Amino acid sequence: MSLIFIVLPIALAVAAVAVIAYLWAARSGQFDDLETPRHRILWEDEAAGPADAEDEPTSRSRE
Amino acid sequence: MAACGHCGLLVPPGLQDFCCAGCRTVHAALREWGLEEGWSRRLRESKSAPRPARASGRSFAEFDDPSLLAACADVQDGRGRAELYLEGVHCAACAWLVERLPKIVPGVESARLDLTRGVAEVRWDPARVSLSAAARALDRLGYPPHPAQRGEAELRRAEERRELVRIGVAGAIAGNLMGIAFALYGGSLHSIEPAFQSFFRWTSLLLAALSLAWPGRVFLRGGWNALRARAPHADLPIALGLLAGFLGGAWNVWRGQGEVYFEAVGILVFLLLTGRFLQRRQQRRAHDSLALLHALAPAVARLLDASGPAREVPVAALRAGDRVEVLAGAGVPADGRIVAGSSGFDLALLTGESRPVELGPGAAVHAGTTSLTSRVVMEVERTGAETRVGRIAALVARSSAERAPIVLFADRMAGWFTAAVLAIALGTAFFWSSQGAAVALDRAMALLLVACPCALGMATPLALTAAIGRAARRGFLVKRGAALERLARPGVLLLDKTGTLTEGRFALRGWSGSAEAAQLAAALEAQAAGPHAAALRSLAPRGVELPAVTDVRLIPGQGVEGLVGGRRVLAGSPAFLAARGAPAPPAQLEAALARGLTPVAVAVDGRCAGLAELGDALRPGAAKMVNDLRARGWELRILSGDHPRVVAVAARELGIPAEHARGGASPEDKVAAVQAARAAARGRAVVMVGDGVNDAAALAAADVGVAVHGGAEASLQAADVHLAGAEGLPAIVELLAGARRTLGAVQRALLVSLAYNGAAVALAAAGLISPILAAVLMPISSLTVVALAFRARTFSPAAA
Repeated sequence: MSLIFIVLPIALAVAAVAVIAYLWAARSGQFDDLETPRHRILWEDEAAGPADAEDEPTSRSRE
Repeated sequence: MAACGHCGLLVPPGLQDFCCAGCRTVHAALREWGLEEGWSRRLRESKSAPRPARASGRSFAEFDDPSLLAACADVQDGRGRAELYLEGVHCAACAWLVERLPKIVPGVESARLDLTRGVAEVRWDPARVSLSAAARALDRLGYPPHPAQRGEAELRRAEERRELVRIGVAGAIAGNLMGIAFALYGGSLHSIEPAFQSFFRWTSLLLAALSLAWPGRVFLRGGWNALRARAPHADLPIALGLLAGFLGGAWNVWRGQGEVYFEAVGILVFLLLTGRFLQRRQQRRAHDSLALLHALAPAVARLLDASGPAREVPVAALRAGDRVEVLAGAGVPADGRIVAGSSGFDLALLTGESRPVELGPGAAVHAGTTSLTSRVVMEVERTGAETRVGRIAALVARSSAERAPIVLFADRMAGWFTAAVLAIALGTAFFWSSQGAAVALDRAMALLLVACPCALGMATPLALTAAIGRAARRGFLVKRGAALERLARPGVLLLDKTGTLTEGRFALRGWSGSAEAAQLAAALEAQAAGPHAAALRSLAPRGVELPAVTDVRLIPGQGVEGLVGGRRVLAGSPAFLAARGAPAPPAQLEAALARGLTPVAVAVDGRCAGLAELGDALRPGAAKMVNDLRARGWELRILSGDHPRVVAVAARELGIPAEHARGGASPEDKVAAVQAARAAARGRAVVMVGDGVNDAAALAAADVGVAVHGGAEASLQAADVHLAGAEGLPAIVELLAGARRTLGAVQRALLVSLAYNGAAVALAAAGLISPILAAVLMPISSLTVVALAFRARTFSPAAA
């Protein structure tokens, strides 16, 4: 029965990981420009510059 | 407006066929490779091949200037990074083209374009290439670059990131708090073991503390500042409610009995932050653009040294006494005097006069005007902020600052609200004190929490934000919600004449003279380009063979002359013809002026042979719209740069009293008129409708400035509203109606949120509120307000 004392902190820790991932995404500017990337993925392109790796948006987590 | 031939977006004013240089270039390439079949049918119908992108052809040497580099770029460790504002960026094709820069200019490592701001981040290797080479390439693509002021944009972006972080953290905490609260509620129904209950309560206390201390700190700080400055605003009651909910819960956790409200606190923080973020972002978008400064004056000048040819220097490097050369088609970089050469100047920015004015040696010229016809050399007298246009820009900045502290309704109420809630809380505590201090404190805390004006804090911003979004889809760009609030109540409306009350183009309204002279004049004007040419061309019926024309000469601002079928024909202003020895009959001139029409005289072989009367017709239904507006309580005035007599005639036709119609007004006159109207308005809003660039100062000086021409980016610097999708008086009528409906929606939302708070306070005072009721009531009240705000029919989308 006292499993809950272990599970709840684990659940909070998992949530904390998601929050940290979100913080990284927000602070590194993933959400700065929400307009251009959605066009950018449509360009057929061989020349993927180093910057293009940043394109994938990190999904937001609240849990 | 027409649709872009490549991507189908609207073509902004001032451009033709394509929305931007990217589309033009891509389309030209497709055409060249024979691939355009798949594109729009419009392309095949257009007979003329598109012209290549318009490049300014400058050297952009100033981009290598150390002082400029310091302002807009980082150069360290053999890596350069600069932010450049690009003119003419419009759609996805532009982004594609700009980001191909590394392929075009070896040494450029990457180029990333932010479409919404029109700012490209360019990274380059200073050892291999200079920034000016990249700038020249961008210019050749059709996007003349300008250095972006780094500091402000970066500050703003950092602020936006901080807000996003807060919202994310608050959301995560609120979600977890709700999960734990669910366990507690379930437990209280099915007799939870005390050890588990206490564990859940302590955990949620911890989470709520985190929520208040990190994302919720903005409200606590705002409330504290409001208290210290004795200027109550919505943060104060919010902070009070949050603190009460948290401290009351913490105390109850500590003593092991009583209710806790932590999930309500967490949800409140999250919802309030989200509402605030949406509102701020809307405002920021409008402020972000850098276009007005570039629209007003050029960034570089061509300095003439004793030695050698002219070289380009940043305008900031100019000193009084320097000699600079101004090429045909270039902007004047500073105030000064012409020392050599003469040219026709476009003074529209300063005088509102759309026709070029001929200026020669000795004449004063001002920054922000444009030399149209030939090269001149000028001596600099004043630069930068001391120039006339610099003073106008300063006026714009000051006027917008003057008006900034708009007190929102919710803020005005906050003081009363706080006092009332505190009084009721004290009363409640006193009433329940007979049952012991613990119960009294519990009740008072619960009351303070449920009285937290979450919906009140969100209602106004959200309803306004939703209305702004709907307005934008209609083509009305609104910079701040407060402008809509002001437009909703009748006030003084200052209207520009040309283009707003009238169609904005000249049409032939009368002709007296021989049919032969009419045909000759039409043939001549068919070869000319001027404001009157299209109207005069209609002197001859369509399809009639016109005589051949040779030797055409356009005298800017005066008229045209040429040989038509072997005869010398002059067409132009009566003063111009009189100077050439062919005066028009004074009686006919007087008759035209009295009717508010612009006379254009035609002379054949040195004798006046006819007089055309041109007029800019009132928009259909203008008189009725003016009457409707007045019936709603608006006071209408005309403020125009046009000739006073023309303005007076238009006013008479619209039924506007002569003392409220003013013509011949310069930009400075307009500012003075707006300020005088504000001084006499007695609390009513003064709304100025005018051109986004030419009337910038007057638009900023008014309570609400509505820009009807000019680019949206430039207009919104000074004006609060820019009408892009529609033109003229009908659009203004629609805007005012939409603003009225918006205010109604705001009031409804406020009413509902107050009703919720009132009911909750009554329940809490009666001791009937339970944590579960508080947790249900708070989000429901917020959701109702949000639904009301977004469902309101404020602006209907464009019919097209």
